[in-house]
Amino acid sequence: MLVVDDDPALAEMLGIVLRTEGFEPSFVADGDRALAAFRATKPDLVLLDLMLPGTDGIDVCRQIRAESGTPIVMLTARGDTVDVVLGLESGADDYIIKPFKPKELVARMRARLRRNEVPTNEVVEIADLVIDTAGHVVSRDGKAIGLTPLEFDLLTALARKPGHVFTREHLLEQVWGYRHAADTRLVNVHVQRLRAKIERDPERPEIVVTVRGVGYKAGLP
Amino acid sequence: MISDLAGRLLHRWRASLQTRVAVTTFLLSGLVVLLLGVLLLQQIRSGVLDAKQRSSLSQLDFGLQRASDQLSAIESPSTGSVVRTASVILSELRDRSRSSDSYEVLLLATDQNGESESSSSDFDRTSVPAALLRAVSRSNHEAWTYTRVKPGHVPTLIVGGTVSSTAGYQLYYFFPLTQEQQTLYLVERTMLLSGFLLVLLLVAIAAVVTRQVVRPVRHAAATAERLAAGRLRDRMSVRGEDDLASLASSFNRMAETVEKQISQLRELSRVQRRFVADVSHELRTPITTIRMAADVLHESRSVMTPELARSAELLQNELNRFEALLADLLEISRHDAGAVVLDAEPVDLRSLVTRAVDVAQPVAERRGCEFVVDVPADPVVVEVDARRIDRVLRNLVVNAVEHGDGQPVEVCLRAGDGGVCVTVRDHGRGLRPGETSLVFGRFWRADPARARTSGGTGLGLSIALEDARLHGGWLQAWGETGQGSVFRLTLPWRPGLDIGEPPLPLDPTERTDLPSPRPLSGRETTGV
Repeated sequence: MLVVDDDPALAEMLGIVLRTEGFEPSFVADGDRALAAFRATKPDLVLLDLMLPGTDGIDVCRQIRAESGTPIVMLTARGDTVDVVLGLESGADDYIIKPFKPKELVARMRARLRRNEVPTNEVVEIADLVIDTAGHVVSRDGKAIGLTPLEFDLLTALARKPGHVFTREHLLEQVWGYRHAADTRLVNVHVQRLRAKIERDPERPEIVVTVRGVGYKAGLP
Repeated sequence: MISDLAGRLLHRWRASLQTRVAVTTFLLSGLVVLLLGVLLLQQIRSGVLDAKQRSSLSQLDFGLQRASDQLSAIESPSTGSVVRTASVILSELRDRSRSSDSYEVLLLATDQNGESESSSSDFDRTSVPAALLRAVSRSNHEAWTYTRVKPGHVPTLIVGGTVSSTAGYQLYYFFPLTQEQQTLYLVERTMLLSGFLLVLLLVAIAAVVTRQVVRPVRHAAATAERLAAGRLRDRMSVRGEDDLASLASSFNRMAETVEKQISQLRELSRVQRRFVADVSHELRTPITTIRMAADVLHESRSVMTPELARSAELLQNELNRFEALLADLLEISRHDAGAVVLDAEPVDLRSLVTRAVDVAQPVAERRGCEFVVDVPADPVVVEVDARRIDRVLRNLVVNAVEHGDGQPVEVCLRAGDGGVCVTVRDHGRGLRPGETSLVFGRFWRADPARARTSGGTGLGLSIALEDARLHGGWLQAWGETGQGSVFRLTLPWRPGLDIGEPPLPLDPTERTDLPSPRPLSGRETTGV
């Protein structure tokens, strides 16, 4: 568990809460050293403040995402659309707006970590993609496509029921593990990121199709 | 078609100062020229006729003299000699007629032999108007009249007189006014033409002069229009030192001031936005720490003394309030600064309504309040910012529960051609007259005494109103003492679209489509 935050008091308090919950956090206070710390500690999850001295949170997020699919949860002081969307587009899996309740933070972190604990063993095919859920590999024509665990889960959830329309709320519940979360931007941005990786033409998606006003479905092969 | 043309002309008349001045000049100068022309023509006419009359009377005098001489020279008047003499006189007088002043002569004789007449042409006694005959006989003197001898002929001046030497003889001259008529026609035509040209000239002058005044004014109007459209750097060109130049320079000074003010305001707003963003970040981080610390304390209440435990509880509760207030303050200041962004996407409003009711369920249960939810069976897909509308609906629903005194809260969603409506009705104490507009005011409380007991920050409805406006929608309140209150959110199908007739009336007494509450089933009903 790596916590990237420049505020010493908040970092210390996070440390207290996280240790109480049984995590083993390590800390880094500025963006320039974040990547090095990430490589050194190999955390299961990164808690990343968006506003950092030196390299800012968005760039740190991109750097980490460039070499790993490790879940990233952003801490942000602003719920403005632009900030959140920018953070999600740069590779974060989830975000939490300050001030947050410790329980909520822990719940989200656990939700991000939990998926690794559910091993399944099946092969799902959608369009020309082959999804190997045991090996966590998605491939087209034998070539693997690099997806983050979250993107993998999103695709698998859709692909298991081809043609079934999932509402954004339903996907939030199934993939992220939340209830009553109104923020559907999370789903929209991740669907876009997923499309950018798996669609032949992301402008005219054929695998993850938007159902206007309702949600998304996996296109029939 | 004609009314269309008239409408266009009327519009031109109203819209163009130049047209108005030109038309007015045309009408007024036309009237003056017409009056002048009529007056002048009258003068010329009477002048010409007077001259003609004088010359013809002198002709008559001469003729009477000659006839008198000739007739008195006859020694023994016999019919034959008289007739002869008369023809001699006639031919003598007739010979004096010139082409420019031609005339015909008629000599009438009335004596004991009866009536005889000799004429130089086909004029006879009947050609002379009876009134003139009578006048000549009565006065024994000269008389004249204007007449047309035959219908369609040229007007003729007839002068007549009594031959003095011998009673019973009357001499008449017929002067056709061909020449005079032609002269008058010519004068008339010339005057008409020159009058017309004069009016045209005046109109042209008026148009040119007005144009000189109007052009800078139009230029100013166009510049003002561009300024209004946001091109604040546009200015008028100043030429010369006249009144119009001073108009232009005053205008430019005004534009200068406006531009300065606006850029100052923009700068101010930018600074404020920046400040809000900074405050947001700076405040939120320490609050997060405090929040977590308070939570840790709160969790370990069991090991504390009762005083410490209660303190931890109070800290926790007040932190919740503080956080809510801070969030609302930041949100409303973002609205004030115009820094909010609408993130619209197609959403089924039914899901937002259902969710808002689900979220309010725990509060409702504590207050023993029941929900009656009425949504259409088909999806109501509207392009909205789901986060904002969700917040608005939660706010309305929670408000209704808090002010509903445990009575059922009715939530109704309807779609129509004009837009989409959500009404939230409670059956609590309601709003007093005049309060329906106050409820949206910041920190306004329905009952100051209850201010501390009910949750909420006092900004919820203000933010909801701003959110509705951001979508181009409405948020309205209805209420009557003892009747409860209704809040109606009306949204266009897409942000920026016009809202037509709302599918639900604001006043619940006007509702005719369903007797409420009606029994519902399935997902549509959420009751406790």
